[in-house]
Parts: sequence; structure tokens; C-alpha cells
Amino acid sequence: MERIAPSHIDWRSVVLVPLLAVFTALVIGALIIVLTEGPDDVVPAYVALFRGAFVGISAISETLTAATPLIIAGLSVALGFRAGLFNIGVEGQMTVGGMAAVFAGFALSGLPLVIHLPLAILAGFIGGAIWGGIPGWLRAQTGAHEVITTIMLNFIAYRLIDYLLKQPAIIREGRFDPISKDVLPSARLPQLLDWITPSLRLHGGFILALLLAWGIWWLLFRSTIGFEFRAVGSNPSAAAYAGMSVTATTVLVMAIAGGLGGLAGANQTLGVLYSVSPGFTSGIGFDAIALALLGRSHPGGVVLAGLLFGALRAGGQVMQVRSGVGIDLITVVQALIIVFIAAPALVRALYRVRAGEGAGQLTRGWSA
Amino acid sequence: MTTVDVPAELVRVPAEVKRERILGVVYLILAAIVAFFFAMGSEGDATFRLGEAGQDIDLTFSAAGFSWVVSAIFAFLAVIHLTRGIGRKSNLVLSIALVLFAFAFLAWAAAGSSFSLLGMLRTTVSAATPIAFGALSGVLCERVAVINIGIEGMLLTGAFMSALVGTVTNPWVGLLAATLSGGVLALGLAVLAIRYRVDQIIAGVVINIFALGLTSFLSSQILVENPDRFNRPGVLQAFRIPLLADIPVIGPILFNQNIFVYALWISVALTAYGLFRTRWGLRARAVGEHPKAADTLGVNVYRMRYLNVLLGGLVAGFGGAYFTLGSVGAFNENMTAGRGFIGLAAMIFGRWHPVGALAAALVFGFADSLQVRLGILDVGIPSDFLLMAPYLVTIIVVAGVVGRARPPAADGQPYVKE
Repeated sequence: MERIAPSHIDWRSVVLVPLLAVFTALVIGALIIVLTEGPDDVVPAYVALFRGAFVGISAISETLTAATPLIIAGLSVALGFRAGLFNIGVEGQMTVGGMAAVFAGFALSGLPLVIHLPLAILAGFIGGAIWGGIPGWLRAQTGAHEVITTIMLNFIAYRLIDYLLKQPAIIREGRFDPISKDVLPSARLPQLLDWITPSLRLHGGFILALLLAWGIWWLLFRSTIGFEFRAVGSNPSAAAYAGMSVTATTVLVMAIAGGLGGLAGANQTLGVLYSVSPGFTSGIGFDAIALALLGRSHPGGVVLAGLLFGALRAGGQVMQVRSGVGIDLITVVQALIIVFIAAPALVRALYRVRAGEGAGQLTRGWSA
Repeated sequence: MTTVDVPAELVRVPAEVKRERILGVVYLILAAIVAFFFAMGSEGDATFRLGEAGQDIDLTFSAAGFSWVVSAIFAFLAVIHLTRGIGRKSNLVLSIALVLFAFAFLAWAAAGSSFSLLGMLRTTVSAATPIAFGALSGVLCERVAVINIGIEGMLLTGAFMSALVGTVTNPWVGLLAATLSGGVLALGLAVLAIRYRVDQIIAGVVINIFALGLTSFLSSQILVENPDRFNRPGVLQAFRIPLLADIPVIGPILFNQNIFVYALWISVALTAYGLFRTRWGLRARAVGEHPKAADTLGVNVYRMRYLNVLLGGLVAGFGGAYFTLGSVGAFNENMTAGRGFIGLAAMIFGRWHPVGALAAALVFGFADSLQVRLGILDVGIPSDFLLMAPYLVTIIVVAGVVGRARPPAADGQPYVKE
């Protein structure tokens, strides 16, 4: 555990290695552009990426809007890592949670915002918590590895909303393509910057994300339950010997992590999209894995990593439109970032700096 | 989790008993479903056609009667599970039971009419093929104690490379490129897991994300722009193996398929022989069970691990080409749709044995083709739920067997030479 959360701050492994990892990943990304598009496209593409992420109030609003679900989803994965569980099911949890939130958002009517919005958010949390709790329960009861069960539940969730989006109670009137009814205004996360320009999309979810990060930090490092989570994560046998219930902890961790995933989905459906259509999660659940690793599974780190990935996403959109370099390049860059974060020895070898230890053993094998 | 240090044969660990009970209850539920829905709900005879076009091999029986028999078998299994327990053979029993359940389902759906069982079994074999290659890749890696979660990414990259290279040159070169691309990713996994001792599950997930991102990126930049030049590799057609394909029923299922299926039979046989009958296999297994002991006896642990992970990658890359060259004939983003992970489940279900993995893959392939058939038979279940079948079966299987199945002792642990 020490290696994931060092008691003393080693600035090389916390600051230098992530920075070098991001830099190296962007350099390799540039090489990929050279190979596929030609050398002349690199500078325009990266300039568009940078402008789309940081230059101007609109770019910053987009970056923060993109960062919001990433932070929440990243917290979900980070919480799992702290308890020795690998939640790659955030996509499915987002899907189910986002759907539940939308359903609560249009099916309940006549409520004021202060009641309706929290109810819709809660629906998102519960939907995700169920979707995450199932693999937690299976893990605790039968030992079925969460890596396989959560991935399978992702696919089941996609099929589930395909089905739900055909039901008359959910599909938007007069539409035959799969899209749900719109969330009522009383269940939408309020816009934060529309007083400047109405097109700025930043919404209250960003504040929710920061509050959640603080809440998860408090839960992990200041509460008894969080101590049990971390104890079970670092040494299940010792935790059991000390009288903690590994079974109950596993289910609880996965349910909370799933709930966070659900909130990430609800954040998208209540704050940005106002409806559900297939694929609305757009890979955020997978980006969250990279992000949790980059943030060293620490809520503060997750917020910073989320802001970075939000910038990459927002800038990537602009890059795709302006220079024709596809946004999937960002996924490649993110994967490369994790490689360098997970194996700091690579960075050490490339730049001849002293880099700390790697992420160490974060997950458990099939039978543990 | 045993708390007492008594040999496992002497004491029934509570988890084992609990699992027997869970399976007992599952069988009870299955027996009830078969009795109430399939047996009581079907009238008339069901006909399963087992012959090719022109051949007349039909299996006609009373749908309700068959379902009653299946229900009785499930009830019997439930009683055994709840009292005595089945123990080691329960994986095999569970597979057979799942297949019987599916047949009761089919008999119910086909009651009063007929449908081609032969066609369904042929689809089963072809749907099982990429899953089996994935599972085989997993067996090769995990026998030397390297967990390979990256199989999905290797399959996907194989599918992409075979489409791109297969169109630019010809399908056979595409097949080679697919195989090699799987090997390259595996080398990446090996370096991360063996040299840099990165958490193996994370290393594998990185491979998956990287492969998904890169293939999607290249697909949108290159393939989509000009599909005729870059994404029309064509399909390697099925061909009959003379004599063997003429055996009734079995012949058309096993020996009138495409090259991937034949390569699968050969790979499984070679891997099984290699792992359990050769010096390489003995060493590989020793490295997976007790690397330190193997090292002491002069086995080069790192070299064995590199070699096997590389082999696993080649196998997965080859299997990935199935998605394009062996099936639809073009690449689509994320077209593997979790088959690599289902392959991992098949590996676990097959107890890390090549033949077991193949058998497990056939069960998943059966679930896959069942879903297709039921869609055609129109049984009133929404197609979206039918599409969940392979994933649901995977969860049930993994929940039913893990913990009972024992992975190689050192699985997932990096080795540090002293």
C-alpha cells in the first residue's frame, strides 16, 4: 500500500513521472499522426488540441464539462483499487445509472427542482450501485473475478438500454430511432456560466464532482469504513484475522463504486445530454481506469488527472473538426500514459531520472 | 479460504459446501422452469433436422415428453448437490446440464414444427472458434503464471490487421500479419509484466485500451475513407475435407468449415500434447507452479515466460483474424465485443487445460448460436435479451466454478531472480 500512497511526498514519482509520461505519450501520438496523415499535420493538430482545451472561456468550459464525468468515474475505479478490486464495469454502471436518472427525470413531474433533481441523482446512484453491487456480491459469494463479471455486465447494460429505448414509456414521442424522452427542466443540473454566454455548457455537476472527491477522500482516509476498505485491499487475510468482514466490505465497495459510476452517467444525462441514446457513455468508463492510475488512486490525484483528461477530450473534439485527426488518437495517448505510469522504469530509462516504484500489485488474481 | 491446515481431501471447506448448495438451488430452479414452461407449455412433436440439404436424417420426438425427462434429470442433480455433492466433475455436469436446458428450450420453441439442428451446431463451432483461440492464448500464458487480460485487444488487433493487410495484399498475408500483430502486443505485455513487473491485470487492460484506441483511430483515418482499397479482404470460404466430411452428422459439423476451425483442432491438439507430453510443457508448468524451484533446477524462468506469452499472442492474433477473414469479411470498430473476456472465462471453466478450454468455448459458442436461432424461431423473447445470452452464461459459469478451479500456483505473481 505504501507504494500507491507514499506517506512522504516523493515529488519525482508524484509530479515528474506523470508529466514525463504525458509528454512522452503526446510525442508518440505525434509519431502516429506522422505515419497516418503525414508530417505536416502534427503542428496544426496539436495547436487545435491545445486551443480547444485551454484558450478562451468556451474552451475552458468545455474542458471542465468533459472533466466532470471523468472525475466521478475515476473516483469509482480509484475506490475499487484501494480495496483491491478492479472495477472495469464503469461503462455499464454509467449506462444503467444514466438511464435510471433520466427515467426519474421525466417520469416524475410537478416537483420543484430542489426535490426533483436530488431524486433523479439518487436514482442514478442506485441504478449504478445495483449494477456494481452484483459483481461485488458474486465476488464475495462465489469468487467470480470482478474483471470478467463487470465486463460482461457492461455488454448486458448496453443490450438492456437497447431494449428499454424501444419501450413506449421511454422512447421520445414521434421518434423511431432509439432516444429517450427529455429530462424535465426541474431535474436538470443548473448551468453555471450561461449568464456569460448561453452556449457555455458547464453545469452544477462539476461542483458535485469536487464534493464527491472530498467525500471519497474523507471516506477512505478519515472514516473507519474506509480504513477497513484499505485494510481488505492491502491484505485480505490480515483484515479477516482482525475481525473485518471481507465479504461485506467487498459488496459495499463495489456497490459504492458502482453508485459513483451511476452518478457519472447521471451527470451526463442530467447535465449535458438530457436524454439517453445508445453509446452515450462514449468510453468515459474506460478512460476512468487510466485516470485512476494516473491519479495514484488518490481522490486529489483523480481530480487533477480528470482535468487533464477533460482537456484532452475537449481539445480532441476541436482537433478532429479542425485538422481531421480522429479523436480516437486521444484514447491511444491515454493508454500510453498508463503504460508509463504503471512502469516508471520505462520513464527512468528514457530520461535518466530517478523515478519511484511502479504501481505495484493493485489487483488480485483469479482465486484470491 | 481454509482456516485449518488439514489436507483438502480430509475436510470439506465451507466455501465448497456453499457452492454445492448454490448449484443445487440453481438446478432446482432450472427443473422448475423446464417443467412449468417447456413441458407444460409445448404440444406436439418437435423435429430436429440433422442432415445436410438432400440428406434425410431427422430426429422427431415429443417436445413435452423430452422436457419432462430433462426436468427429472435436473431434479435428480439438485438432490445430489444438496445432499452428497458432486465435487470435481461438476463443471462437466454443469456444461451438459446447460446444453440439455437449451435443448428443452429448443424443443419447446420448435414443438409442432422442425428446425435444422445441424445448422445450429455448425454455427456453434464457428462461433466458438475465436473464443477458443482466446482461451488457448490464456492457457499458454497462465501456465507460466502470466495473467493475460489483453486477449480482447489481441483479437481486435488481429481482426484489424487481417482486414487492412488482407485487402492490400491477399488474405493469406493478412492472416500472417494478424498473427504477428498479436505477437507484438504480447511482447508488450511480456515486457511490462516480466521485465517491469507491472500489475499483470493492469498491463492487460492497458493492452486492451491501446488496441481499441489504435484500431478505432486507424479505422476512422484509413479504412472508412476508402473501404474498397483497405477494408475488403474477402472471406476464407469453408472447404470440405474429403471422406471425413461425409460422416453423417459429425462430418458436416466438424469437417466442412473454414481454415480457422481446422487450425483450431490442430492448435488444441498441439498445445495439449506440448504442455503435458514434452520437456517444454513440463518446464512451462513448473514455471507456473513454482518458479523458484524451476529456477533452482536450471530452467530459465524469464525465457519460458517470454516464449509462452509470445506464443499466446500469436495464437490470439490468428484467432482475431477470424472476425474478418473467417466471418463478415470487413473490420468494424470494437467488433470483438467481449469475446476475449469470454475466452478467459472459457479458460477458467476448462481448468487451464487446452481440451477443457475448447469444450468450454463450445458451450459459449452454443449460447451464441442459440441466441441467433431463437431470434429466427421468434419465440417471443425480445432480441435484445437474446443478445445478452452469451454474457449471462459467462457470468453464471464463472460464478459457478471459480474457486473450485485451481489456477497455476504462481499465477499473476512477478518473479524476481535472486
